[in-house]
Amino acid sequence: MRELKEHYDIIVVGGGPAGLAAAVQAYDQGVKDVLIVERKDKLGGILNQCIHTGFGVQIFGEDLSGPEYADHYVQMAAERKIPVLCGATVLSINQDQSIVISGSGCGVKRITCKALVLSMGCRERSRGAVNIPGSRPSGIFTAGLAQRYINLEGYKMGKDVVILGSGDIGLIMARRLTLEGIHVRMVCELEPFTNGLTRNLVQCLEDFDIPLRLSHTVTMIHGKERLTGVTISRVDENKNPIPGTEELVPCDTLLLSVGLIPENELTLRAGIKIDPVTGGPLVNEHMQTSLPWVFACGNVVHVHDLVDYVTMESCRAATAAVTYIQGELPRFREEIPTEGADAVRYVVPQVITAGDDVEGDLTLYFRVKKPVTNAIIEVSCGDWVFYRSKKLKMIPGEMEQVLIKAELRDTFDAIYQENQTKGMLTVPDVFQLDKQRKGIVDTKLTVSVRSEDDR
Amino acid sequence: MKEVKEFVCITCPMGCRLSVEVEGEEILSVSGNSCKRGWEYARSEAVNPKRMLTTTVRVEGGDQPLVPVRSEVGVPKNSIMEYMDFLNAQRVQAPVVSHQVICELPGCGVKMIASTDIAAK
Repeated sequence: MRELKEHYDIIVVGGGPAGLAAAVQAYDQGVKDVLIVERKDKLGGILNQCIHTGFGVQIFGEDLSGPEYADHYVQMAAERKIPVLCGATVLSINQDQSIVISGSGCGVKRITCKALVLSMGCRERSRGAVNIPGSRPSGIFTAGLAQRYINLEGYKMGKDVVILGSGDIGLIMARRLTLEGIHVRMVCELEPFTNGLTRNLVQCLEDFDIPLRLSHTVTMIHGKERLTGVTISRVDENKNPIPGTEELVPCDTLLLSVGLIPENELTLRAGIKIDPVTGGPLVNEHMQTSLPWVFACGNVVHVHDLVDYVTMESCRAATAAVTYIQGELPRFREEIPTEGADAVRYVVPQVITAGDDVEGDLTLYFRVKKPVTNAIIEVSCGDWVFYRSKKLKMIPGEMEQVLIKAELRDTFDAIYQENQTKGMLTVPDVFQLDKQRKGIVDTKLTVSVRSEDDR
Repeated sequence: MKEVKEFVCITCPMGCRLSVEVEGEEILSVSGNSCKRGWEYARSEAVNPKRMLTTTVRVEGGDQPLVPVRSEVGVPKNSIMEYMDFLNAQRVQAPVVSHQVICELPGCGVKMIASTDIAAK
């Protein structure tokens, strides 16, 4: 890149799909002075090793591979001549709107900005995070590391594999290893259901007759130098191994696909509020964190199922960052927390803004904890339900969303009766009405999912 | 001879259990689907199931050892392991550009194309 400046209007931390989309969007919205800081020597993030297809159906209407999707945005950034600093890591985010970076090419430098976009993505949970007892032989890998070895470096990591975890990465690796002639004995899943997309379950496991053992986990690791086998056990409804169900499965490799953790050490040290459920920064509907000049998007906020949604979220974050710099982000009087109820595990944004200037549509994103059939989705404020829809089936593997129109058309009699104008209500209106009625301060926006079958 | 084939539909998260009655190439009936898309999926799965094939091919003289490749369109599912043997024997000379045709699969003739650029060393 050209010489590193001491100031950029917007700095984007991380050059994966989220960071690339944010940088391109900020540029297109009129802030041309953007810098992308990337820790690796190449842009594109984890997409570079996701050689399977399934990316881009929402945005491009095409079924692309990971590298193709990444290259598309790398090229857009290049066409706009957006400067990219590769091989540099951000050491700190400081209260004076600066960051400190360290890199082999640039040394340690302090750079100031008007707005910062966090797009650092996720890290994999490892063996230590799931506490599997036993020895410490070689042959235990996270699924993403195995993916890197096979797809980028051309190494096979073993011959006979057990995979723990049926999230999408675990399923995709089961197929990938099988294609390369590696025997996949089984995929074990702690939950009584899979966490992956249905298409991956069918095309990665069923196509190759790979057994899926639900409600099973690895309870012992065997082997001295190299893994020789694992003990698997059935688990009860509290996910505790049931004594007497142990089964020794010989294998030389164990892949762990046991979840992703948003990578937020930087965020935490900056004093930015973190949602304990998502592990990501707490954001409002503008993807603005508790530090007003810092925005966040992509898997660093919450784990997405499709990269297309990461791109869309990043565009919203960048648009808000641009509006913030221009001093035009709506002033809000207060922030109202959102919460998930019943089967909802989390809701993003975690807070929404309210005030006289606040307007526009509001989209709430959420995931369910467990599969729900004949689901009723409700958004409510206190006991006022102002959004309701139904869905035949919801699964934890798929992110869900509800759109609340700015002119919230009130279909519920209760609000009609309260609101004499019989007109439209905006989202903040709903809160104001609710507060007047109840005289309470701790209003919340609740998203709930229940099954009609449970009634 | 009549035969009943069963699949899980992947067109949406419902995951309907489809049951297809076939005689040779002819579909006699589809049941278990909740929508028209499920019917179409059942039909293609019963007669000629296809999958996108993605893998890597060895690169000679490149700054990376492998290039990711994908099939331009779906390939017959039942021949995938034979295609893998064929692709693992392929070599391609760097530089490789994205969407360059790396080879054609024997039999079905589907083109395998590069997913990204690989520069020469």
